[in-house]
Amino acid sequence: MTDAMPAGERKPLAPPVDETGIIGWGRKNLFSSWGNGITTIVLIVGVVWILNWFLEWALFTANFTASTGSECRGGGACWALIREKFRYIFFGSFPYEQHWRPLFAVITMLAMLVLSADRRMWNWRLIVIWGVGSFVTFLLMFGQIHIPLSLILFVALVGGGIGLALRSALATPSERMAYYALIGIGAVGLVLRILGILPKWSIAIAPLSYVETSLWGGLPVTLILATYGLAFAFPYGILLALGRRSNLPLIKGLCVGFIELIRGVPLISLLIMASVMLPLFLPSGTTIDKFLRAQVAVILFAGAYIAEVIRGGLQSLPKGQFEAADAMGLNYAQKTLLIILPQALRVVIPPLINTFIGFFKDTSLVLIIGIFDFLNTANQALVDPNWAGFPGEVYLFAAFVYFIFCYSMSRYSKYLEVELNKGTRR
Amino acid sequence: MLKITLSMFAGVSAFVATAAMAGPVLDAVKARGQLNCGVHPGIVGFMHADSQGAWRGLSIDMCRATAAALFGDASKVKYIPLDAARRFPALDAGEVDLLASNSTMTLARDAGADFAGIYYYDGQGFMVPRKLGKRVASDLNGATICIQSGTTTEANVADFFRLNKMTFKPVLAANVDELRAAFFAGRCDVLTADLSNLYATRAAYAPNPSDYSILPRGITKEPLGLAVRHGDHQFADIVRWSLYAMIEAEEYGISSRNVDEALKSENPTLKRILGVTPGMGKALGVNEKWAYNIVKQVGNYGESFDRNLGPNTVLKIPRGLNSPWRDGGMLYAPPIR
Repeated sequence: MTDAMPAGERKPLAPPVDETGIIGWGRKNLFSSWGNGITTIVLIVGVVWILNWFLEWALFTANFTASTGSECRGGGACWALIREKFRYIFFGSFPYEQHWRPLFAVITMLAMLVLSADRRMWNWRLIVIWGVGSFVTFLLMFGQIHIPLSLILFVALVGGGIGLALRSALATPSERMAYYALIGIGAVGLVLRILGILPKWSIAIAPLSYVETSLWGGLPVTLILATYGLAFAFPYGILLALGRRSNLPLIKGLCVGFIELIRGVPLISLLIMASVMLPLFLPSGTTIDKFLRAQVAVILFAGAYIAEVIRGGLQSLPKGQFEAADAMGLNYAQKTLLIILPQALRVVIPPLINTFIGFFKDTSLVLIIGIFDFLNTANQALVDPNWAGFPGEVYLFAAFVYFIFCYSMSRYSKYLEVELNKGTRR
Repeated sequence: MLKITLSMFAGVSAFVATAAMAGPVLDAVKARGQLNCGVHPGIVGFMHADSQGAWRGLSIDMCRATAAALFGDASKVKYIPLDAARRFPALDAGEVDLLASNSTMTLARDAGADFAGIYYYDGQGFMVPRKLGKRVASDLNGATICIQSGTTTEANVADFFRLNKMTFKPVLAANVDELRAAFFAGRCDVLTADLSNLYATRAAYAPNPSDYSILPRGITKEPLGLAVRHGDHQFADIVRWSLYAMIEAEEYGISSRNVDEALKSENPTLKRILGVTPGMGKALGVNEKWAYNIVKQVGNYGESFDRNLGPNTVLKIPRGLNSPWRDGGMLYAPPIR
């Protein structure tokens, strides 16, 4: 008996087998009482039954290789339809032999979104990422970009203004001079351009054939509408939220009026306004691209909703934060950007991402004004007489793609909550 | 202020297009070098985008024929998808030059726009399971009928049964999907919709298409027309005669396959149509080869019908009213002379 224990020291007994491992876990969580046991069994049987039916349809009797819809009929799921149509569903009527362009545009946009999701990029790098990313995306989609002089001047004016507002207290005199110079060039240039003294001049970058927006379709359209819709709506929503809490009655009134007006109507009515009514108001001969009109409508609509979400965050801040910032001698821009917004935005991440996810899906409403977003091209795949009659397969596929995007956003929101709340968590 | 807003929009010049609306439609179309054709986003057999994203269908061929007459190239068409509510406003606003979106020609619509020809004679009809043995609409007394609520089909059925002193039990569905599901689940004996729609529904959704028959005669008139904007008669004429050329070509046996031999024909009618004897193109204000280009690139009416709707497609729509007049149909083109 070499392994006999010394007297007084006892190895604790292992817990009974039915309380550990998978058996113990099952006993505790699934079969803790008669009622729970029955519920568990019923649910397991139900899930297995549904899964069995689904797999039978989607996998075992499915047709992956048929060359026409009629060959597919009678069996399980007709995934051959997706195989035949996936390029149309993803890229719509974009010229077929040039599908690499929307493909790389989508990849560029995803890369842009993934990069800007990283907190380490939240500085000047963000501007570079979005500038380069947007330029590449639109160059691929359009094939040719003409940058007019007035746009360059406008960017100079806005860039100078923002720089001055943010860094007025911190900038060196020469940096400040640079901002003034930008504003001056921009403002004077724009005035001269509008008066017609400066010529209508633009830089043309045209490496590829031009593809107009009416031929765009599928995933790039959904991504562009959602990404740029929300990218512009976010700062716009912040401005609206700040405006709504402003002490100046005119600004406050305008913001409240705008928000309530937009929230009071459905997105569909706004889209129809943009697509049917707007052309009637414009002087005849001028048409604004339908895609741009839909994009602006999405921005305005999302802006109003985001504003209300952000206002919730602003109201949750104790008054002391505002007063402390004032006592530090910070001006309004500094107070808002350095003290108020970082705290307010942190609070509203879950509802904000909720709004984002909602709008990502809402962009599919553009189908009623004849823009072929991802859901609409999926719809179109059903109208081909050779392949008609398999709506389940097509919608399941579309739902799967939407789910990937929405679920990633939801996971990102979770990560961001943890990341930004490190300071308040023990 | 408007000027400033406009120039700001103009800043994003890649997004902005100008449609020259001064002067008649024809000048604008020619200057643009492209026909803007308004279509429905998707109707099986009439207009849909195929797997490569190219538009196909009978209505699409109407746009292509006009482009072939105007430019000698049937591919110079830009298709603008419009839903039912937006198509006529879009035509009015100059967003499209030609509407080929399966719009029924009616007096009220013809007063607002111009109809330049009818390219398909449709009508509301009935589909029944074959085993019920119904042959004509008057056999349907006392039947349960699936109807989409809130549409004109609902009123048409009620009128038809009242006029013929018959009764029916309606099963109302809120939308097309519900309508189809109700019928194929056997919740009603009869499905009513436009005939072209019934053929498409049978082809695409019936568990076994041969179990269902479609009563051949419609109870309403739904002539699908090509609509153009008021005020440019020459353009309307080109659209009208492009359609007539397709119908004439079928009547005289000219098809995309034999049109090159037909050029050598001694038949004076063929010579006139195909521009061997000049004059017709000049009168219409297009190239003398206009009809040749239409037949060569698009085909005659029968070819287009067979390709998109006929017996070799899943739709299997019989020619019926859409046969040439010699075969007892409604296709009767005035002579090209």
